[in-house]
Order: sequence, then structure tokens, then C-alpha cells
Amino acid sequence: MPIVVRTLFFAAYRDLLGRAALDVELPEGATVGELVVEVRGWGHPFADLPERPAIAVNRRYASPEVELGAGDEVAFLPPVAGG
Amino acid sequence: MAYSALVREPIDPGRVLAMVGAGAHGAGVLFVGVVRDHADGRPVSGIRYDAYEPMADEVLAAIAREARARFGSDRLAVVHRFGDLRVGDVSVAIAVSSAHRVEAFEASRYVIEEIKTRLPVWKKERYLDGGEGWVDGAAPTAAAGEGRGR
Repeated sequence: MPIVVRTLFFAAYRDLLGRAALDVELPEGATVGELVVEVRGWGHPFADLPERPAIAVNRRYASPEVELGAGDEVAFLPPVAGG
Repeated sequence: MAYSALVREPIDPGRVLAMVGAGAHGAGVLFVGVVRDHADGRPVSGIRYDAYEPMADEVLAAIAREARARFGSDRLAVVHRFGDLRVGDVSVAIAVSSAHRVEAFEASRYVIEEIKTRLPVWKKERYLDGGEGWVDGAAPTAAAGEGRGR
């Protein structure tokens, strides 16, 4: 059964894509890395996202091999610049 | 005590400092980050801070707890602002008190350095000549958190 995750885009990525959020359908067992490949595969402007962006799953930084579950909140995070 | 907050309203550093301190504490350190009037030689009129608010709340709280645990600084308060800031506005205030100065300085330094590398906050500079641009930041690594959140 495919799963749907909620992707969020911030700052420069939001400007690049012209949107802040998007639901993405993935095969069950898909990982963070596979989600990034899927999204970048949609062509312009998605292909302009980096190959290995920082990603947070449910508000925690996650590496590419982390497996996603239905309803997860997956944020694409540009390099941070707080302070 | 470790206090952290992400706020939209102006920060009063004196109030942040007043949150720390105790009879047994002989040292207090207050760090403030301020919006500066230039970037790479280009005059800046202000900065808009964007935040992934729920995550930034959690990360800021984690950083404050870590600083307390690592340096044994008893009392620590950190407040980070987001939204539209002007030159001279305080963007972050960190106050630490402890028995002696070394722990207070080290804990304060730890908090600001971790903010720079982990806090999901971004800034867009507005230039006096009318342009604007996102500030180049630090790429957080997955190791900055511990795996999958729930």
C-alpha cells in the first residue's frame, strides 16, 4: 500500500519552488533518500533542489536511510542561519 | 533551570539576564546577537528571520538542556526572535549564571555555536539599495538529531 507524507519547504527552497508544502505518495518502506530522488525527478524547479539536502522527519534531523511512514512530516531544510 | 523561547516580539536582554543568577553564583554572562548594518560591504536595512517554528522550539530547548548538562551551569536562558528585524534589533539573547566564570562563558558559547549549526532558522537580508537575499548558512547533519522523530 502506498503511503502519503507531508513535505515542507523553507526559506530559499520555498522561494525556489513557489510553495511551502506538498503531499507526496511513495511506496511503502520508502526512505528519506528515495523521497528526495522522487521529488528532484519532477523536473524544473524541483530538480534544482540539492541532491542531499538536510531533512527533518517529524521535526528531527534524519539521514537518507531513515524509513518513512504514512503521515510523516518531512521538511527540506536549507543551510541554517540563526543567531 | 534551562529556559528557551522563540518569540516574535522584541527581546529585552535585561529581562533575559534577570532570569538567571542565584546567591551561590559568582558569575553571569549575557550574550546578545544584533542585526548589523552591512553584509560583505553591502549596506543592510534589516533582516527577516524565518523559522520552522515547532522544530526550532524543540531544538532550542535541546541546546539549552545540553549546555546545562555539559557545563554544569545551573541557570541558563535563551531567547531567539523571528519575523522582521531592523538594524540594531536583538535577534538572540543568551544568559547563563554559575558558581564561576568559566562554565558561564563556555555554556554561553556552546549555545550560540549550536544555534548557528542546528537551529532551523533562516535569514533574508534586505539591502539599502533595494535588493534582498538569503544568507548563506551552515548545513546541518543528520547527527545533529538522533534519528527518526515521532
